[in-house]
This record gives sequence, C-alpha cells and structure tokens, in this order.
Amino acid sequence: MRWLNQLLMQYRMLLFRKVADTQLNEELRFHLEQQITENRAAGMSKDEARHAALRAFGNPDLVRENTGATWNWNGLDQLFRDFRIGARTLSRTPGFAVVAILITALGVGGSVSLFTVVRGVLLRPLPFPDSDRLLTLYERSTPAAGGGDFPHNQVAAGVYAAWNGQNTSFSSLALVREDSADLSASGGQLPETLNGAHVSWNLFPTLGVNPALGRGFTSKDDSPSANGTVVLSSSFWKRRFGADPAILNRTIYIDAKPYTVVGVMPAWFEFPDSSTQLWRPVYHEFPDRVMSAFDNHMFRVVGRLKPGVTAEQATANLSVISRQLHDSRLDNPFVAAAANSRPLLENMVGDVKRPLYILLAATVCLLLIACLNVANLLVARAAARQRELAIRTALGGARGRLLREHLTESFLLQTFGGTAGLLLAYGAIAWFLHTRPDMTRVGAIHFDGVVAAFTAAVVIFCALFSGLVSAFNMDDSRLLSALHESSRSHSASGTRARLRKTLLAIEVGLTVVLLMGASLLVKSYQRLRSTNVGCITDNVLTMRIKLPGKRYKTPGPAPANFFETLLQRVRALPGVEAAGFVTGVPGQGYMGDSGFSIVEHPPLPRGNGSLAVYRSADPGYFAALGIPLLRGRTFGDNQKLDQVNEVVISDSLAKKFFPGEDPIGKHLHLTYGNKVRVIVGIVGDTRSEIGEAPEPMQYHPLFEGDENSGTLAIRSRQDVSQLALPVQQVIQGLDRDLPVSDVLTMNQLLGKSTLDQSFDATLITSLAVLSLLLAAAGLFGVLSYIVAQRSGEIGIRIALGAQREQVLTETLADGLRPALIGLLLGLAASAATTHFIKSILYETQPLDPAVFAVVSALLLASAALACMVPAWRASRLDPVRALRME
Amino acid sequence: MGKPTDLVQGTLDLLILKTLSLHAMHGWAIAKRIQQISNEVLQVQQGSLYPALHRLEQQGWVKAKWSESETGRPAKFYSLTAAGRKRLETEAADWKRLSTAINLVVSEV
Repeated sequence: MRWLNQLLMQYRMLLFRKVADTQLNEELRFHLEQQITENRAAGMSKDEARHAALRAFGNPDLVRENTGATWNWNGLDQLFRDFRIGARTLSRTPGFAVVAILITALGVGGSVSLFTVVRGVLLRPLPFPDSDRLLTLYERSTPAAGGGDFPHNQVAAGVYAAWNGQNTSFSSLALVREDSADLSASGGQLPETLNGAHVSWNLFPTLGVNPALGRGFTSKDDSPSANGTVVLSSSFWKRRFGADPAILNRTIYIDAKPYTVVGVMPAWFEFPDSSTQLWRPVYHEFPDRVMSAFDNHMFRVVGRLKPGVTAEQATANLSVISRQLHDSRLDNPFVAAAANSRPLLENMVGDVKRPLYILLAATVCLLLIACLNVANLLVARAAARQRELAIRTALGGARGRLLREHLTESFLLQTFGGTAGLLLAYGAIAWFLHTRPDMTRVGAIHFDGVVAAFTAAVVIFCALFSGLVSAFNMDDSRLLSALHESSRSHSASGTRARLRKTLLAIEVGLTVVLLMGASLLVKSYQRLRSTNVGCITDNVLTMRIKLPGKRYKTPGPAPANFFETLLQRVRALPGVEAAGFVTGVPGQGYMGDSGFSIVEHPPLPRGNGSLAVYRSADPGYFAALGIPLLRGRTFGDNQKLDQVNEVVISDSLAKKFFPGEDPIGKHLHLTYGNKVRVIVGIVGDTRSEIGEAPEPMQYHPLFEGDENSGTLAIRSRQDVSQLALPVQQVIQGLDRDLPVSDVLTMNQLLGKSTLDQSFDATLITSLAVLSLLLAAAGLFGVLSYIVAQRSGEIGIRIALGAQREQVLTETLADGLRPALIGLLLGLAASAATTHFIKSILYETQPLDPAVFAVVSALLLASAALACMVPAWRASRLDPVRALRME
Repeated sequence: MGKPTDLVQGTLDLLILKTLSLHAMHGWAIAKRIQQISNEVLQVQQGSLYPALHRLEQQGWVKAKWSESETGRPAKFYSLTAAGRKRLETEAADWKRLSTAINLVVSEV
C-alpha cells in the first residue's frame, strides 16, 4: 500500500502545493512555540525565551526550503519559480528585452526559413513511391564516340527504343521532352502558350502516379496514327476550365490540332518541373524519322529500377546496349557508346544544391552573430547587476541556483525571440515563394514537423550558448571583489570587459566572412552581367513566335512566307531601326546542334564527327542585332526554299575547323538531310548562354522553310518596349490566332537567365549588411560601457592634464582593438572557406586581393564610425562632473 | 549540523521510525523523546528533523494528520504506516549488524 500513499503524496504535492506550504509554516511555528514555552518554563523571560528558541531554530527560511526540497515535483516547482522571477526581472528592463528579442528573431527567422527551403527542395524525397529507385538516364557522348564532350547527353529516340526493348534492369523506361504548346482560343478564352511535355505512354506508371481524374495514356494512344490525347495538370484544369469534371473526353485545340482530354493529374504532381501544364504522347507528336534516329539527342529518359538492381548495374547494362548500337553504326559519329545515370532527385535539384547550401551557411553565420550579440547584451546586464549578485551570494545563494536563473532569463528571451523569428520565417517563405516560383520543387516548401523540431533545437542552442557564455564571468572571487569595491577605487578588472571584447572579436570575424562572400558574389554577378554576349543588348525587344505545324507545314513555303512578310511589315513600323528573326538569340540557351563535315578536308577517322550549334536566321538578322560581319557577306536574296545552299559561320567555328585558312568558299556537308552548303560569311561570336564560352555556330537561311518557331528581335533608337504592342498587332494582322510569348527586352532576357546569381548575391549581401550593423552596434555598446565605467578614471586624467586628443585616440584604439583582431580572424577564416563558393563564381577568384582590401577597409571604417561617438564623449568629459557622479 | 551524511540521515530515519512505533507524535515531541531516551546525547536539530520527517512522508513510510495537540493548538501528528513498520524492522536489523561489526573492529586491540 506504500505505492498508494506515494501516489497520493505526489498528487497532493502537484495540485495542492500552496496548502502544503501553509501547513509547513504552521508546523514550524508550532515547534517554535513549544520551544519558547519550554524555555519560559525553565525560567527565561519572554524575550529571552524567544531569542533562545530562534537561535536554536536556525534560519527558518533555510529550514523551510530544505524541507520543501524533499517534496515531490520539487524540480518542476523550482522551474516555474525561476521562470516567474526571470519574467519579472526582464519586464523591469523592457528596452533590453525588446532589443534582445528582435536580434534573436532575426537570427532564428533567417536560419529557419532557409532550412525550410533546403528541406523542401533538397532533403525531402520526391513524392513518388520508392522514389529512390527512379533514375534519369543519359547517353555519354565523348569526342571519340558520340561527338562533343557531353557526359550527360540527352537520349536519341532510337537509342531509347533499343534500351527499352533489350534491357534487363528496369521495370520500365519512359521518354520525356519539354515543349511549348499553343492553346487555341475556345469558349471565350484567349489563345495562350503553355509549357508542356511530350512523354511516352508509360511515364506515369514509371513514376508510380495515377491521374486524379480519368486515365493516363495507353500504348495505343502513343502512336502516330492514334487520335490526339492529352492529360492536363490540376492547376491548368482549375484555371482554364474551372475544374469542370465534364472536361473528360472534351476536345481542345493545341497547335491547331484536336486533342481529347483523357485525364487530369493530382494537384501535387509536377513533372518535369512546376511549369508543365499538359502532357501528350511523344510518338504521336514526332514523325517516325525522328523517333527512329540514333543521333538526335532530344529526349530525357526516366527509368524505374527492378528490385535488387543497383544503379551501377543498370547503367552498365544500358552501356552494353549503347556500345552495340555504336559499333554497328560506326559511320555515324553521333551515336554514343555508353550510358550514364543520375538519381532523379539529383537531376531535378542538382543545380541549386550548392547555392542553397551556401545560403544556409550564411544564415547560420547570421544566427551565430545574433547569439553572440545577445550574449554580449547579457554580459553587459550581468555586469550592471554585479553588486546584486554579490549580495545574494553572500546571503547564501548557491552558485548553481544563480546560474540557473541566468539561464532561465536567457531561455525566456530566446523563446520569445524564437517565436517572433518563426513568424518572420513564415513571412520570408511567403515572399520567397512569391519571387521565385520558378525554383525547382517549390511546391515542396512548407512548414512541417521537422522544421518545428529544427526551430526548437535552434532556440535551445541559442539559449544555452548565450546563457553559458555570458555566465563565464560569474565566479565567486570576482563577485566578492565587487563588494569590496568602494566608489573611490577604480580597479581595472571590472572595467576591462575582456569577455565582451572576445565575443565582439568573434562577431566581427563572422561578419568579415559574410562580407567576403557577399562581395565575391556581387563581383561575380557584375562580371556575369557585363559579359559581352556578342550583340547589341540595349533597346532590343524580343518575342517568341511558334507557328502551328498544321497550317505551316515544314519544310514548306508557308513558314518562309510568313517570316518574310512579318519582317517586311515590322521593319516598316515607325521607330523600328532594324529587325531580324532567328531560332534563338544570344542568351536564350544552347537549343540544339548539328553535325557536319568539311567537304574540302580529308574525312575524319571513322566514328569522329564535328558539331556546331545550329541556328536558322534571316539575312538581316546579323545587322539587326549588331553581330559584326567579319568577312564575306550574309545570305543572298535568292536563298529561299529549295534554292538554299549558303551557310554563315561564327568566328570560333572558323578558328576551330579552319585554322590558318580562309573558310569562305569552302563547303559544309550537313549530316542531317545530307545537304551541302557553301560558306559565304563569317560573323562574330555570340554566347548562347551567358556565363559560358562562345561555341562554334552555324547559321542557315531562315527562308528555307524548315523552321516554324523562333525569336523576333527588334532594335530601336529609343525606348523599345513601346514597340511591343505595334509589333504584336502586326503579327495579329498576319494571323489572328497566333499567340506570342516571352515578350522581353534583351536586358530582361539576360537578367532572367542570371536570376539565380542575382538572387543569391542580393540575399547574401543583405545578410552581410545586417551582420555589419549588428557588429557595429555591439562595438558601440561595449565601448560606451567601458567609457561609462571608466568615466571617473578618465575624469581624473583629464583633470591632471591629459590632452583630450590623447584620450580620444586611446579610447578609439581600445575599441578598435577587438575589431582589428576580429578582422584578422575573419580574413583567415575567409581564406579558408571561400573556395567552397568557387563553383558558383564567374570569372572571380575566391582569394581576390582587391575584394579582401575593400572588405577590410569597409569593416575598419564601420568600426571607427561605431567607436567614434563613445570616444568623442570620453574626450569631452567634464572632469568635475565625472568625479562628482561617483 | 551541516548537510547530513548518508550515515547520519539513515540513522535519523531509524530513530524517527522507532520513536513513532509506539504512538503518533508531532515533530516537537519526536525531538524531545529522542533527546530524553538517549540521555541528552542525541540532540536533533530542526534543520534536519523536518526534512527527514517530510521525506519519510513523501516515501510513504509515515503518514501525517492534523489534530489538536496537548496545548489546544493544531499540530501535525505523524504515525507509522504498515510499510513503515516493516521498514523499521529491516533498518533496525541493518543497524544492529553494522554497529556490531564496527564494535568488533574498534574493540580489536
């Protein structure tokens, strides 16, 4: 029955503690009264009896406390009491509390929001069943086999067919190719251009996803003779068709062709990325000659491994098949001999992995700086309360108890700060989702249990860190000496603030690291944006046009005529200086390449082929974009349809393939289509991607009628964006149903392609500026404190004849010393760590001496500024007042 | 007394349990009784008596009740529980064994 009694006691102690307290008081009082009675009976007077009894009793409070300490739930009771005391003490100094909470909120908010992003994008597995069994497969092209150096090359459809039919390691393989889709006007809605994908029928089963409505594709849908079928994304269905369940089996017109809607995907599904709105069967879209070729690397392949098969085994299996294909087609140099693979998740987020981790590291730096700042504030507070602590220790306060109170205060501050930080993170995530909806897997970013656990861990870490570090100073000898200090003695020990200066030095060090990273990123971004892409970029407007294949059959006269008329009319518009049309302007991406051989040169050894980026342009394009014509001329007026036999090459193509000779007049033999073209001109290099070196490029006449999509570029002398509407009206005039997409100036287009770098640079710069502000504020605080503590000493010195300038410089030096040490620490740390960001820097060395110098100067200037005010105040001290105020 | 050592604390528990084995008493009476029976040798301080009493109560060896004392004022009377009686037996036996052993060593010439 003992356990029953114990249980009852625990219950009583938990809920009726106050009653127990009162009863204990009563009990002790009774004891005292009995002792007094006994003393009186022994003959003492009333007062004597009482004094003797009390003396024998000892310290009643101590007895009460020790007795109370034996009660159950004592630990919990102590905790609550500590919290109450802590809250009360903090509320007495609201300014301090608010500042500390804000700083913590900043640190916690930043790191939590970035962790949420990292967790969603990088750490969370893809939402497909057994997603670690999914691989992306590539062809491995080398100069000797497959042409060009592309270890992760896209896959040719014929190779895919061979893989699909002969492999033993995959339960299924599927094709994917992104493409744009022009939706015709219907039901009162305007035509629009969307991102879509062409997929093999088995893509959805490979991923392991079922449509939310209707069905996916069957193998019957995936053939050239089948009726057109399409599966819609959930967001597109909601937006365009009002989530109407009757959408199934309705016909919509894409690229002017009819497609029956057979299914709608679930809302969370996005593949290959978040912008894909519809999926169509690939064999239905591309003609047989494309789908049976072995050298047009157009597609991506996704595969699900069979149970028990590893990625290496599967890749080796496919490589064997590729090798066989390569060896049986040795006269085609663009058939790769091996395969390559990457986990699907890595394929989707590989590009953003490093930048995100770097951003995470930067926010962790900010968090540490915030912690150090709060620790500094706590130390300052403890220093101000030294006398109080000393008295409490003298009265019997255990050191552990005082430490616990200190930690409780720190914990309270950090909890409030953490909650505020969580709200801040919420806002930051919302802003992030708003500004970067293009980021891969952006739909996976949201708060969940792991983020909450991370926040709690961060708060606890900060609380312990700030609390323990700032409690360093609380040792007994120091405390007692605080009692010894009379107002007249100015022992230097209490005023040297050594701990605070150390904390400050570390803070400054971390700030320097952040500043270095930010400056390098900013410099890299500037270099990137100022790279010459090879053409005029100011006042150039671009827009993408895609002619629906049904009305504008390629190859044929319809596209050529359209483009010719379009250019004539656009050039006639007022304000248009020049206009041109090309399949892809500089900065718009690699797009595609094509193989060729040089007729006049000896044939290359078997299995070797030459590649150059492929473009189709109108004769006036080069002049319109200011691409210099280095030698020869542009296409002649006769270059139309079947008459086409000319090609213009870029400077790097000339240098690479015609070293030391004149290419004009020589002939290129195109692998694709078996055509021969004569080189008539050499133009300057352009970069297909900003940040990449210019590649050899071949330009073919647009009026051949072989292309039905591309970019229209218009140059003007003044503000070119005003021409957007007139140009679009011209296009509408030619074809009412033709949508136009991506209407951007050249600068906007280039800016879009460098969005990642600019975003990273901006973010880290703001973090660096924040930490600089925090460090400067910390410096200001410490030096003000020192000056205040030393005001008596300084007053004496000035009274004794010290020069004010001397006082100024000495105080300044005292404040700048930790800043200088921090700077050196930071520079060393930067030298050690900046090579981590090397991979995202463009044309910038991580150990750039100019950047080091600028950052050092900036830091010293800020430190000097922060120290100036207290130093000035120190030098302006009125010695009489300073001494009187002791 | 400063903080009681384990030996002293265990011994105090034994003394209290034994004192309560006769009938219920309040804290003052327990201290007085121990003092009396030990011929004024053992003077139990309040600073150790009450923590010991409350600990015994929390652990279930004794139970307490508020009732009127001999002076007419309410006081907290402690009494042994059944488990407490058993504990007293074991503690007394342990003490006997321990003290006999110590005596043997100490009286060894």
